[in-house]
Amino acid sequence: MKLGFSPEEELFRKECADWLNAEMAGEFRDIKGITKLTASPERRKEWEQRLGEARWGCIGWPSAWGGRDATLAQQVIFAEEYARAGVPGRVNHIGIELAGPTILAFGTEEQKQRFLPDIAAGKTIFCQGFSEPGAGSDLASVRTKGRLEDGEWLVNGQKIWTSLAHISDWIFVVTRTEEGSKGPKGLTFLMMPIDQPGIEIRGIKQINGDAEFNETFFTDARCAADSMIGAVGDGWKIAMGLLAFERGVSTLGQQMGFRNELDEIIAAAKANGAANDPLIRQRIARAEIGLRLMRYGALRMLSNTDHSKIDGAALTYKIQWASWRRSLGELAMDVLGQGGEVAEGSEYEWDTLPNLFLYSRADTIYGGTNQIQRNLIAERGLGMPREPRGDV
Amino acid sequence: MHFVLTEEQAMIGETARAFFAENATSERTRAAMAADGIDAALWSAFCHELGLSGIGIPESAGGAGLGLVELAIIAEAAGAQVAALPMLGSLALSAQAIAAGGSAEQQAAHLPGLLSGETIAAYVHDAGLTADGDTLTGEAGFVAHGASAQLLVVTSNTGAWIVPADAPGVTVTALTTMDQTRPYARVTLAGAAGEPLADAAAGIAAAHRAGFVTLAAEALGGAQACLDRTASYAKERVQFGRAIGSFQAYKHRLADMMIEIEQARSAVYWAACAADEGSDEAALAVHAAKSFAADTYFMCAGNMIQLHGGIGFTWEHDSHLFFKRARAIQSMLGSGNWHRKQVATMILGEAA
Repeated sequence: MKLGFSPEEELFRKECADWLNAEMAGEFRDIKGITKLTASPERRKEWEQRLGEARWGCIGWPSAWGGRDATLAQQVIFAEEYARAGVPGRVNHIGIELAGPTILAFGTEEQKQRFLPDIAAGKTIFCQGFSEPGAGSDLASVRTKGRLEDGEWLVNGQKIWTSLAHISDWIFVVTRTEEGSKGPKGLTFLMMPIDQPGIEIRGIKQINGDAEFNETFFTDARCAADSMIGAVGDGWKIAMGLLAFERGVSTLGQQMGFRNELDEIIAAAKANGAANDPLIRQRIARAEIGLRLMRYGALRMLSNTDHSKIDGAALTYKIQWASWRRSLGELAMDVLGQGGEVAEGSEYEWDTLPNLFLYSRADTIYGGTNQIQRNLIAERGLGMPREPRGDV
Repeated sequence: MHFVLTEEQAMIGETARAFFAENATSERTRAAMAADGIDAALWSAFCHELGLSGIGIPESAGGAGLGLVELAIIAEAAGAQVAALPMLGSLALSAQAIAAGGSAEQQAAHLPGLLSGETIAAYVHDAGLTADGDTLTGEAGFVAHGASAQLLVVTSNTGAWIVPADAPGVTVTALTTMDQTRPYARVTLAGAAGEPLADAAAGIAAAHRAGFVTLAAEALGGAQACLDRTASYAKERVQFGRAIGSFQAYKHRLADMMIEIEQARSAVYWAACAADEGSDEAALAVHAAKSFAADTYFMCAGNMIQLHGGIGFTWEHDSHLFFKRARAIQSMLGSGNWHRKQVATMILGEAA
């Protein structure tokens, strides 16, 4: 068991930090410190390409596909330095962390060559088409239909909560391709270009006034036959494989974003005197401890190579961070007081902390609600009987 | 950076878990509870047959070397069985204090007896202790396993002394204690002669670090045992024609236990590893681990009673052993609020 980094790794840290800081002080200084995923989309696409050119876009990928074959420690370091330098979140995180690894794991050689270099180069932005109005927690009940006609898939139906669909180039969707099939059977995983007449995107205004998520409508939308990942009927297997990639090293970068949020709360508490209140001090200490434990939980999960047993740290990670962040939002408002409930201008737009308070209500819902997480933990982690299923 | 147990560490864990599961049985622990809270045969076997008592004590001081990570592994295994042992007072606190703060002569005089189990030491802390030279006057109300100790390591906030328990001026009174596996004693010093530790500050710091980590690890082991035992029960017990573990209200409480336990596990091994590596984070980590793991244990032990229903409230069932140990750990060596207060000071500075 070892926590420290080697001198070579510390050198790598410096290399990352130097490059990121130079970029954030130079050509991309206008996007430094942005926390909202929806702000300055065009500039942030350019940033994706800059990362790609310099081969910093997906360092954990094989070098043959635009990565650096980075070790776990190097990936940890890069994620930390990325956030420390105030670089905004990746608008192509779905491409880098989900679509790319899925293509690497399940795609054909031809598909790897077609997609991976462009994802790595920041030229293809991906979004995820899983949830539907009738398939939220119960993902296997998707109804969006796919049928093969004249060597091409035609897709009809509706997806929802497609984060950043409005700035994406491609979408991967789970479609029901076997007429009359139910549940996880008869599903197929397709990748489709978004810019086509059969796809329409409508933003969903959220409680914070922003619109990161979308409804995506498919009306005879087209998908080339060779853009199917895996075989017909493999959709569920591939979707589940993809979700396993979700708990990668990027979680550490996400945590650095949390670090910045907590630091902002600490600064606000010091500025307005809340930091002298013993109850607030206890809550800040709890938040600090929770954040550190999140980091070491993630490092345990990433260091673990024994996949023969259920990894408790991995299984509980989602609910842990989501619940922590929701509490952080509440702490932020208690520190800010009523000042947190008033925006600066006439627009319904919120600074980092009030926005955190509102946005974090989504954290405990998307990617598996806290209730679903508890079911999964009890069933997979503790061997409790599965929930009874109604008629599909 | 590789934050998982090495093969050697995993083996120590397996050995220790097997040892305690086989020997620290409920029956034996209850026999100890009816006496002085120490299973003497278990302690002797732990020190001699298992040979684990020297873990975390440098080889130069007669220990087995290794560090707090290994000590935590042992404490976790002992905690899982609520073993009735003087591990905290004798090894984690007193032996650590003497190994880190004692002169070579003091180490040679006292550590062999502590590590062999022949001598039991208790750790006596009195912030208000008066020391006239090395003549000590003061009182500590909650000395773990104090009535079983032959040797006392007495500390104030600035000094540390070794005092034989039968020295003139020392009175030790056993107290009826809620957690009978680690009963308290009141220790009164009325002008007792102490032998000062060569480096008191180093001794106190080492004892506290090891004490916090040991309690946190014990709490982790206990919490995990509460969850494991409750999960087994949930699969066996049938009501309304279903295993009670199939009810979501039940499952979600089990899940909440696991969520806290996984964080407590990160906390314990982060703290132990950071302390072993001399990391800047160690000071914060040991406070985080002690407070978080203790709260986790109490939450899990409380749930264990609730989720067992009526049987969990009986003396016969082991739930109360965990529940009482958990409560004791919460207060021992500083409450959760006190530890978080230290963390708050580290990140916010002193309150105005």
